[in-house]
Amino acid sequence: MGHLSYEDSKKRVVFGLVLLGVVTLVEVFISLFGKGHIFSGVENIRWLLYPVGLALIVLSLYKAYFIIFEFMHMKYEVGTLARSVLLPTTLLIWAVIAFLQEAGAWKNSREKIEDKTIEPAPAVEEGHGMLNSQLDEDVYIPTLES
Amino acid sequence: MATTDTIIEQEELQSNPGDDWSGGKPPFRATYGKLMMWYFLLSDAFTFAGFLIAYGALRFSSPTWPVPDFVFSTHPFGDSHLPLIFVTIMSFLLIISSVTMVRAVQEGHRENQKGIVFWMIMTILGGAGFLSCQAWEWTNLIATEHMTMTTNPFGTHTVDGVYIDDEHGHAYEAGAEAETFEAGKSFLIHKVENHDTGEMEWVQRRFKYTGEDGQEHISQQQFGPAAFGALFFFITGFHGFHVFSGVIFLLIICVNVASGLYVKRKNGNEMVEKIGLYWHFVDLVWVFVFLVFYLL
Repeated sequence: MGHLSYEDSKKRVVFGLVLLGVVTLVEVFISLFGKGHIFSGVENIRWLLYPVGLALIVLSLYKAYFIIFEFMHMKYEVGTLARSVLLPTTLLIWAVIAFLQEAGAWKNSREKIEDKTIEPAPAVEEGHGMLNSQLDEDVYIPTLES
Repeated sequence: MATTDTIIEQEELQSNPGDDWSGGKPPFRATYGKLMMWYFLLSDAFTFAGFLIAYGALRFSSPTWPVPDFVFSTHPFGDSHLPLIFVTIMSFLLIISSVTMVRAVQEGHRENQKGIVFWMIMTILGGAGFLSCQAWEWTNLIATEHMTMTTNPFGTHTVDGVYIDDEHGHAYEAGAEAETFEAGKSFLIHKVENHDTGEMEWVQRRFKYTGEDGQEHISQQQFGPAAFGALFFFITGFHGFHVFSGVIFLLIICVNVASGLYVKRKNGNEMVEKIGLYWHFVDLVWVFVFLVFYLL
């Protein structure tokens, strides 16, 4: 499998160790920076959340790429093998998008429930039940007739 | 466009796919064992992805979430809080053990039994070190901070306020200076022994805050999202179990190398290469567990 000489591949391993170590340290630094541990107050800047998150994700993907292609020797495998292993993982891109979208909907539902719990119950005239019009459309009211 | 086409053409000329698929030899030019290891790892990647996506979705859907640099700021070298430092050390252990595994595979290609055994022992030590660190982290979370599968004592303030109870649930004396906090600040609800009953009880400290109506209200610390504990123990536990099985398999294969079992096979110690693939995958998964749980 070795396309490099033994000495060269040994050097390549040391390079890999240094590279992964440095990238990890940079990631930790970026994460602590984003959480305001390096300059306090940074954690309150809302828009900074996105570049920090994006940088962390890109660096992690780079680490994953390096481990697969260098340490796991994927770059020395036949292209068809590499594709048959790597292409299915692209389905995960959709899974991430779909589930985060779904999570946004769950969040909205949770907030809606929270709002309803906090709001005081609408005043009801004595002797009468709650009027249909006072309730939201999506509230199911069981009736005796049915 | 033209250049990419030429590259693809050249690749096709070199690998000659027609030849590969005409039968009589492995079309992927890899042995059955190695190919199946790749597909096992692919399926495992989907399992881990499912777990991590569930974590992301639940975190995203919750109004608050424990801040990782607050939750993971403890370490076994003292009482000070150093955010993320201990888990960075754990990451380094896995990276180093991955590198020593690469060396073991290289020695395997040269049929150098002594070299393989040495580098595999280094890898096993790295894996065992990682597991020890994880054992400490879990013990600390379970025994000291009392996190369980269903109870998450790591909460987040949603308003600015000032505490009126101390950490044992006793009200501060009137006029005593109590700590103030800001919205978004994390806290740990302590479990303290009740002197009368001798039982451990949660202490949700009370605090004062000014509501939207401009009036002062009194509230108490709320538990964090319950899913956090289950997600943490399941995902890091599942990864830790992979590391544990990896260490066991490394031990078995190391003994087999030392006993000369693979010499007769004359296949460049392919077994070492296969466990190497698995071991790098464990490191690969940690890259994402580290990203999702600790960095983001």
